[in-house]
Formats: sequence, structure tokens, C-alpha cells
Amino acid sequence: MSIQIKMFGQLAEIVGSNELQLQRVSDISLLRKELISRFPKLENYPFVIAVNKKIANKNQKINMGDSVALLPPFAGG
Amino acid sequence: MLSNQEISRYSRHLLLSEIGMKGQEKLKNARVLVIGAGGLGCPALLYLTAAGVGTIGIIDFDIIDETNLQRQVLFDSADIGNPKVETVKAKLLKQNPFVKIEVFNTSLSTANALELFSRYDIIIDGTDNFATRYLVNDACFISKKILVSGSIFKFEGQVMVFDFRKENTPTYRCLFPSPPSPELSPSCSEIGVLAVLPGIIGTLMASETIKIIVGIGEILSGKLLMLNALSMNIQILEFDRNPETAMVIPKTESEFKEMDYDYFCGSKQDNSIKEITVDDFELLISSHSDFQLIDVREKDERPILELNDLKIPLNEIESRANEIARNKKVIIFCKSGARSSRAIAVLQSNYMLKNLYNLKGGVMEWIKQTSKTQKHE
Repeated sequence: MSIQIKMFGQLAEIVGSNELQLQRVSDISLLRKELISRFPKLENYPFVIAVNKKIANKNQKINMGDSVALLPPFAGG
Repeated sequence: MLSNQEISRYSRHLLLSEIGMKGQEKLKNARVLVIGAGGLGCPALLYLTAAGVGTIGIIDFDIIDETNLQRQVLFDSADIGNPKVETVKAKLLKQNPFVKIEVFNTSLSTANALELFSRYDIIIDGTDNFATRYLVNDACFISKKILVSGSIFKFEGQVMVFDFRKENTPTYRCLFPSPPSPELSPSCSEIGVLAVLPGIIGTLMASETIKIIVGIGEILSGKLLMLNALSMNIQILEFDRNPETAMVIPKTESEFKEMDYDYFCGSKQDNSIKEITVDDFELLISSHSDFQLIDVREKDERPILELNDLKIPLNEIESRANEIARNKKVIIFCKSGARSSRAIAVLQSNYMLKNLYNLKGGVMEWIKQTSKTQKHE
């Protein structure tokens, strides 16, 4: 199963792209693990994951065709 | 009650059935506090004033800097060096004499936040750092205020509303339980920002505020709006209260006052000292710029320089901090640059001075460079 992930703010800079495709991630905790193993810098960066425009909880399932987004906090004003 | 002049001024609002006379009177009776007169604060203030929000408070301790002018649309070149809040007050009253402007030329802290917030209905957060964002969230939570929060990063922005009048409203901590470490959260001054981006986000914050006051439309409560000005993509994401973060938020005034938000955000160590090289210092002198020069060496320490400087030995720096200018560049020096950097560290963290520069290499470097130039001549 492949899912499409949209990246925002500094997360896009860490990953090097606004979008990312990942195989075989069936829930949020696995997605987090997979992202951190690919991009170790993400480990120290707080971000939330949204599935279908709703912030997901820790173990939420991800299904084929879901829209997934990674969102960091911004500080600037 | 609106006066005839106000009825004429706000006629385009009065024509809207959603606002009308009742809505405009609600705006007139509303009290809104804007935290930070910066990129977000300026456009929000302009529209809240134009729209006739009756009482507007502004808290900011900063002075206007040339680099602000690219996006902070309330300021112009002649304002450089002046306190932000005073300039804002004069301009907004000129824009709309029917509103009351209350200014606080100080920084927001756990000591003053709750008392200040108690005088307002809605708090608008346009600050530029995580420590103040968590502080504002917690203070609004405790005092059950409505918080309209905006933030920016390069070409992207976020808007959120937290209606703490309602029980079980999600907080900023529910979305982002902890801030990134300081080295991972650079500011606009380090990474840059698109001029118009805070204009878009600050205007959205003003729009949400007006809707809340009048009681119309849908509010971004429990929602995070993400806007990317490069792709022109806008997304609205929903979030819920997180029971785990509800545990860590301070719940009483005394718990709040014990919080150390700089420590929580790891920014205590982030007190980097700005330097000026001898070459740039020479340029500053020859350009006849206005600056203050401070010698922190001991009295009678040699070499004695024929400069128009203020002599404050390092051990007197705190007791004489009030002699140091806040509205222009201040160059601080010693023999090698070590004592002056200690003086700057103390002044920055204890007296909120941001206009200090350490002369790199101190007197020794200055003498070395100037004797070199003289030989060439």
C-alpha cells in the first residue's frame, strides 16, 4: 500500500520535498517510525500528523487513498 | 449608541444584515488586546481600528528597526528608533479617532499577563517566539479568554482560534505539546519572510476577531488553517482536546506564575551576542551615524582613547544599566572583547536590551587596524 504525504514548513525542508510517498504504513505510529528512520532529523522536531484533514491520534489506522499531512508549529510573527 | 459621524463612517458595515447597527455596537463595546506590533500585529491593528473595535490594547517592548519596514505596514522610515507602541498609537488614532488605544511598552511575562488579559475580551497573539506563544495560550486558558493566534514561516502561515470560555476547548498544547528546540526554530531575522505573508495572516486574524465579536459565521475554533502563499494552497484541519496535554497545562494563577517559559522552550541559552568588526565600526563613525559607545574597562585602564565614550566598568554595568540607550545602536568594548561580551550577555538577559554590539577584538584589534591604515597613507 502506498500513501501520499504532504509536508509543511520546515518539515518539507528536512525531507527535501513538499510531497512524499511511503509503502506499507498501516497506522500513525508506524508512519512516524518510518519517517524518523528515513529522516533522523525529524526525531527532534515536533510535528502533528493529519489524516483526511483531521489531526490523527497515536495509533490511528491509515487506509489506501487517505490524505496525510505533516504539520509543524510556526513561531514567526 | 453610535454617533451620527460613526453611523456615516461605518455605513458599509451597517448595510450588511449580518452586522448592522447591533453588530457595530458590539464592535464598539469590544475590548481586544494585540500582543506584538510586528508583521501580524500591524495589519490586524489597521483593520480592527478601521472596523471600529472600541478599545484596542497593544503590548510590545520593541523599537522600530529598518528591517521591520518590509512588512510592518504601520511604520515608515521616519519612525526608525522610536518605540513601536507609541508610533502605533499615534497612527491608529489618526486613522480612526472614535477608537480608544491603550499601549503597554513592556514585554509580556507571567507577572503581568493575567492582570492585563483580565481587562480584555479577546487576545490576539502575533508574537515571534514559542515561549510567548505557550505563555499566551496558558494565560488565556486560565482566564477563560478567546485567543486568536497566528504565526508565519517564510511563505507559509497558520491561524487558530481557541475559545476558552467553553469547557473542554482544545488548547495550543493539544496540537503542539512541546516546542522545537531553539536551533530548530529560527526566527524571521534568520530565515526571511515574504513581505505580504504576515499581511494575509494578520488580516485573517482580524477577520476572525470581528466575526467572534459580532457572533457571525464559522470560527476557526478547534481548527488549524494552513496557508501556503507559494502554492496558494489553503487547508483547514480539525483537532480535538488531548487528555495528556490537558494534564501539563498550568491551571491556577500560582501554577502559572511559577512557570518558566524560556526554560520550557530552551531559549534561555539562546542569547547570542551581536558583533561589529573594527572596519564596520570605522564606517559607522565616518557616516556620522548616531550611536552610543561604552567602555567597560576599569577606570584609568590603558591605552586611554580619545573617544566620546561612556565609561562603565564591567562590575558597575547592572547598577548603571539605565544609562544605556535603547533607541540607537550601542557599541560596547573592552581590551579584547571578552569583558564587553559578558556585559552584553547580562544586559540582554536582565534588561531586555537588543541594540547592543560587541566590538570584535576590542581596543587591541582597533589599534592594530588603525595603525595599519596610517602606515598605508
